[in-house]
Amino acid sequence: MHAIVGENGAGKSTLMKILYGMQKPDEGTIVVDGEKVSFHTPGDAIARGIGMVHQHFMLADNLTVLENTVLGSEKLYGIGDAARKKIKEISDAYGLGIRPDVLVEDLGVADRQRVEILKVLFRGARTLILDEPTAVLVPQEVDALFANLRELKSEGLTVIFISHKLDEVLSVADEITVIRRGTTVTSVKPADVNARRLAELMVGSELPSPQTRESTVTDVPMLTVTGLNLAAFSGEEEGRKVLDDISFTIHKGEILGIAGVEGNGQTELIEALIGTRELDSGTVVLGDDDITAWATRRRREGGVGYIPEDRHRHGLLLEAPLWENRILGHVGERPNSKGPWLDPKAARADTERIVKEYDVRTPGIEVTAASLSGGNQQKLIVGREMSHEPRLLIAAHPTRGVDVGAQAQIWDQIREARHEGLAVLLISADLDELIGLSDTIRVMYRGRLVADADPATVTSEELGSAMTGAARGHLEHTESADDASGEEPDASGEGAEEER
Amino acid sequence: MKKFDKDRVILGIAAPVLAVVFAMVLSSLIVLISGKNPFDAFRLMFEYAQGADVQVLILNRATVYYIAAIAVAIGFRMNLFNIGVDGQYRLAAMLAAAAGGAMHLPGPLHILMIIITAIAVGGAWAGVAALLKVRRGVSEVVSTIMLNAIATSLIAYLMHTDILGRQPPGSNNVTTTPLDDTAWFPGIGVDVDGQRMEVYGFIFVAAALGVGFHYMLSRTKFGFDLRAAGASDSAAVASGVNTKRMVLISMLLSGGLAGLIGLPQLLGETHSYGLVDFPAGIGFTGIAIALLGRNSPVGIAFGALLWAFLDRSAPNLDFNGYEKEIATIMQGLIVISVVVAYELVRRYGLRRQQQQVGEQLAQAARKNPEEVAA
Repeated sequence: MHAIVGENGAGKSTLMKILYGMQKPDEGTIVVDGEKVSFHTPGDAIARGIGMVHQHFMLADNLTVLENTVLGSEKLYGIGDAARKKIKEISDAYGLGIRPDVLVEDLGVADRQRVEILKVLFRGARTLILDEPTAVLVPQEVDALFANLRELKSEGLTVIFISHKLDEVLSVADEITVIRRGTTVTSVKPADVNARRLAELMVGSELPSPQTRESTVTDVPMLTVTGLNLAAFSGEEEGRKVLDDISFTIHKGEILGIAGVEGNGQTELIEALIGTRELDSGTVVLGDDDITAWATRRRREGGVGYIPEDRHRHGLLLEAPLWENRILGHVGERPNSKGPWLDPKAARADTERIVKEYDVRTPGIEVTAASLSGGNQQKLIVGREMSHEPRLLIAAHPTRGVDVGAQAQIWDQIREARHEGLAVLLISADLDELIGLSDTIRVMYRGRLVADADPATVTSEELGSAMTGAARGHLEHTESADDASGEEPDASGEGAEEER
Repeated sequence: MKKFDKDRVILGIAAPVLAVVFAMVLSSLIVLISGKNPFDAFRLMFEYAQGADVQVLILNRATVYYIAAIAVAIGFRMNLFNIGVDGQYRLAAMLAAAAGGAMHLPGPLHILMIIITAIAVGGAWAGVAALLKVRRGVSEVVSTIMLNAIATSLIAYLMHTDILGRQPPGSNNVTTTPLDDTAWFPGIGVDVDGQRMEVYGFIFVAAALGVGFHYMLSRTKFGFDLRAAGASDSAAVASGVNTKRMVLISMLLSGGLAGLIGLPQLLGETHSYGLVDFPAGIGFTGIAIALLGRNSPVGIAFGALLWAFLDRSAPNLDFNGYEKEIATIMQGLIVISVVVAYELVRRYGLRRQQQQVGEQLAQAARKNPEEVAA
């Protein structure tokens, strides 16, 4: 049983998709039973005895377990008693406890997962890939699943197990491969490591890039947020507070990093700040302006730059040419328009400038945004937002899905702008990025800012425990562990030295 | 860079041409099945369209279609499906005719008042759907269909002879009070075999609308916001577009333009609204033509002419023993082919561009290998 661990976005799922033939690799080889293979479709992988249990179940609720199992592979054992007999056989052999004639909609999550495993075995898989199988299970069910997996192992099957829950991995795997940012960091035996060491490998103990950490933080507040409250207004969580009394201040020249597991209110915080979501209460002050009542357009043209977390949905018009994308969000500003009229000529010229200055790799500005790579799209967005002299930059996962070269560039640009007095709100799932860039870090958990930390001294692990709600307050001991803590780290303490 | 522009133009033209050719092939098959010679049928249609009188009729009908399609296209550009153009223009034409008939004003002012009335009525009728969508989240598709039905009933009610309608003696038609000749929109006289025919003077108004539509979309901030909202709602919202306001404005614009659809005929030909003889259904034709013309002012002009040609040449098929429905079938086939062809070409274009961009970048990288590392 082989476990693959890595952070969100490290490339685990992509790797698995390649193994299962859903995606084609650019380079490299896959060897199954000593034979080099290449998969074009999942069908090829199945033929080679590789089966995958997806994180999100792929079952038809209104069919029985039997029907779900034979669906798509009716040729193997038919759809009648022969199939039922085979299902029984597999179920008994591995202790899955399957009842073939129950409707899937009547099954619980753990049972459904077993049906998924059964489906894979039914198709003759000898190698099982399980994509974060424990994410949906409660602890008892996890134990039962592991018992099943050990059963499979003892029958000579291979299990590839993807997870980022380290304790589970250590308890069940025979070998662990750690991947980070798309490359293999190392392979270890569980006996040789502990959870702490594994976490270090996972998040990478070194920081993203060397940087001079001279503080550019001033004491002029640029963004002051006071008492933001927002309740979910629809869905089953209606009424639950998604933003719960959020207050912080970002000064000129300061980068405030927000750490947190996704879905803890970060998206809502951004929406509240750019004005696409109305607040229940609270005020937002930018510089000297109370912008709480400002519409989105006024905010953005009034100095709020925005690098959205999902650039395809919020940052670009994919089928429009680059120069039109350069206008997006800043249609009322020079050089894009004069009065009510667009100025396509000036916008084009300025797009050329952005392409050059921000090193957007494109054959020209008339191509659609969709034809650029993710990194180049992001560089265009960064260039666009920086071109309007923002006072505040909201950067959500600014380097997500961006190749390493572009990553460093984007970081440099953010640092440079900070140097010139920009205030930055940085929201990221990449803890390296947060620690490396931020002047102050706050941790968001269930709509609240529960902890704060000094990026010069805090470790990924410490942040991680606060992100799951395990730790609160100031994350390491300094003399003034006060609650306000939007304060800049006191620059005297840490010099420009060792970040590595 | 020129290369991409050229590609885009070629792809842009390829889709409608492919669609029309494909529709002609299919129609030929249908004529063949009906036991006739398809080439003769097409020849008949084209020959018939040589006549100056038919050309005038084609131009006049195309004018009306053009305005209808522009009205629909404004909604389409921001993903609003204004199916209510039909009800909007009929109600607008009827009320504008009644108001115009009751007014006695000097020439240009009279015409202006009628135009303003028509725009206001069309806009108001569309505004109902817009408000329902903005305030209550009612799909504009559903509400405008309903409003079409309501408009039909409302017109029938208002045209009672004791309200706004009047029945000329010896006629089974009910009309509004005829307009004074101060409200007649001058046309371009054409002499056809000693008989005077007129091309609607409104054709210039239609052309001006097309030009205005183009400039609004491509040269104004408002147009940019409108297109952004149509291309990606989420990106538009993040860029600061107030989508509700946008829905309201574009619906009002669409309805206001729809109000103009009946005016070429009202001001240039019949000079009254008649229950029996005033054309219905042009709003739906407008939807088809907007699709055909890809919501672009130039494309729509060609679409409107093609459609009017098919309309007008159908009767000649009938005279010559062909089923005149062939023209209708062709229109239907064209719309279906166009929708399919556009989607295919659009996807092909996007993919092709992605590949070309990739190739060009790879070439550039080969030329300066030191940059690749970055």
